[in-house]
Amino acid sequence: MSDPAIQVEKLSKRYTIYHKKDGSGLRHVINDVLTAPFRLAKSVFSKNSNLESSSQATEDFWALKEVSFDIQPGDVVGVVGRNGAGKSTLLKILSRITEPTNGRITMNGRVASLLEVGTGFHPELSGRENIFLNGAILGMSRAEIRRKFDDIVAFSEIEKFIDTPVKRYSSGMYVRLAFAVAAHLEPEILIVDEVLAVGDAQFQRKCLGKMNEVSKGGRTILFVSHSMSAIAQLCKTGLFFQRGQLVHQGPISEIVTRYLTSDSSSGENRGLAVNVEELRKRKKLFFHSAGIRTAAGTGSVDLDVREPFDIELTYEVPSNLTRVELSIRIMNTDGRPVFTTLQSECSPDAVQEVKQGLYSTAVTVPGMLLMPGNYVVNIAAHEPIGEIFDVHESVVGFTVHDTGTVFAIYNSYGSIGTVMQTLPWRQRQLLELPGTAPVPATNPPGRTA
Amino acid sequence: MEKPPSVILEAGRADRQYWHDLWRYRELFVFLAWRDLSVRYKQTAVGVAWALVRPFITMVVFSLFGKLTNMETGGVPLPIMTFAAILPWTLFSSALSESAGSLMGNSNLISKVYFPRLILPATSLMVCLVDFLISLAFLGVLMAWFQYWPTWRLLTLPLFTLSALLSSVAVGIWMASLTVKYRDFRVVVPFIIQFGTFISPIAFPSSIVPEKWRLLYSFNPMVGVIDGFRWAVLGKSAEFYWPGLIVSIVLSLGLLWTGIWYFRRTEKTFADVI
Repeated sequence: MSDPAIQVEKLSKRYTIYHKKDGSGLRHVINDVLTAPFRLAKSVFSKNSNLESSSQATEDFWALKEVSFDIQPGDVVGVVGRNGAGKSTLLKILSRITEPTNGRITMNGRVASLLEVGTGFHPELSGRENIFLNGAILGMSRAEIRRKFDDIVAFSEIEKFIDTPVKRYSSGMYVRLAFAVAAHLEPEILIVDEVLAVGDAQFQRKCLGKMNEVSKGGRTILFVSHSMSAIAQLCKTGLFFQRGQLVHQGPISEIVTRYLTSDSSSGENRGLAVNVEELRKRKKLFFHSAGIRTAAGTGSVDLDVREPFDIELTYEVPSNLTRVELSIRIMNTDGRPVFTTLQSECSPDAVQEVKQGLYSTAVTVPGMLLMPGNYVVNIAAHEPIGEIFDVHESVVGFTVHDTGTVFAIYNSYGSIGTVMQTLPWRQRQLLELPGTAPVPATNPPGRTA
Repeated sequence: MEKPPSVILEAGRADRQYWHDLWRYRELFVFLAWRDLSVRYKQTAVGVAWALVRPFITMVVFSLFGKLTNMETGGVPLPIMTFAAILPWTLFSSALSESAGSLMGNSNLISKVYFPRLILPATSLMVCLVDFLISLAFLGVLMAWFQYWPTWRLLTLPLFTLSALLSSVAVGIWMASLTVKYRDFRVVVPFIIQFGTFISPIAFPSSIVPEKWRLLYSFNPMVGVIDGFRWAVLGKSAEFYWPGLIVSIVLSLGLLWTGIWYFRRTEKTFADVI
């Protein structure tokens, strides 16, 4: 194996936070001003002291702590984590915008980073001028930009306005132009932060397509996004961060599931109602918990593809309510719904008056229905085509494991289907053709491999 | 672009690639300078003429001032005498304030893209240099108007221009990196410039300073530069105090050296504190 494209060893980054202590009145201000020269002197002579005033307390905050990983050349790696998990800090360090506090990074190859669309765009300059400026800022040479200029303009679809100052552009045009420049970067290592969140859906698809194309060119890409479907479409492997630490590195489907269920690492999520007192006043109905229950008990997220399992919800109705519909939707990691089940499916009477109280409801998902893979559950309570009482997305996640289905010998479940079905096949021989050897009887209908 | 060797990032690592990087990013330098230039007078009615209006009005006011105080000119027309001083002073003051504010003005770039930050103060000098060249052409017009012909000494003007740039960037780099952390210096820079307008020999020749104070006076780096400009432009009617220029250049070099040292020391944390 060749040298890793990116090698990160025990990387840490510390920020110092200043808190204001009580009392910022005149007396404290005067005190601060009078002691400032002494503090300055102190901060010069001691190594790590800052110029904080006496009315400020400092606290260390580790945005990243002891993070180590390797990325091989050509890998397309998704970086996921909640806000404040340290993703952006990692990207800033890798982009050399800020310095690590501890640790070491080795990168082999030309690095370009795209932390924002249209960095350095100047509103007074025309689209043409901004292409050159932005290209240079992103690290392209003038010859390179000139060579790709026509492609960039064509990609942005704003040929007509190329000589108009960008301050006259609509925000959509601005973003398209900016992304068009960025999409034509050709470094060996590309670092991309949440930049697809802008622009309309059609352009986003175009960008994803372009990124896909780029990644197939053998470039190493590090991609941060909160859009799990973008991550799942683009990346093969991923890094999952939580509170500044690398929690998991692995195939992207695992990472996405970990992320989606990171609020509830077990198969049961009890934390849906945070402030019950307040919810009682505000909501007509709210969920308390959602969980997966198998024959083995609750709390498991690893399910056997052959076995049925239950999804259990508890919810509270503060005062009597008419016409309540509950729905559960299973989503796969591409962000596509696999199916939605409604409580009224079992009987129309289910949509009825609900007296105030605490309820539990469960639905059984049969075995041999969901393809092996990772899923998350969305739940909702609402009036049929009416008011929505309470909605939660990705309340629990689970993994369906193949325990030896007929499909296990094939490579990719994704290309087989969204669900599996065991259907009765019927077959009979129509006639025996003359002149050919008798064909042995085929297997009986049903499950054939 | 040539294939770069592997990059190693580590806390406090002295970046051996730094000067090499600076050279690799020369195109960015050109683009940023070109941006600043093309944006500077966009959507203004008077346009580039603004580069002339400021020094011109200053010259008129200072010339009147000189007339009223019967300034000793040695036979040189007062407007030329003052304009020869206003030229380097305007170059210095605008280059200082532009380079001191260059990091704050480009904070969006600093927090989103890597490049050697030293490019920013350097870029801002280019704009001021262009303004300077325009005013210099105006000096030519002024001299033709008064039919005042220069001597060979005019050829030494680039030397004095360079030392004006040197002192402005030396102070500017200090101010730029200090402003990132301590916004106090945003107040300090205009103060330096305002104060400097009075203590530099613009409205008066530096010969009015008593001889024994002359060396001390030269610790204002612009004294040597302005004297040099007058010496080069006015020909033999101006005398020149060489120790002043030497003090000025040595001082500026020292400031520049320490300024770059401090800039590079704090550069890596700019994005965190800006």
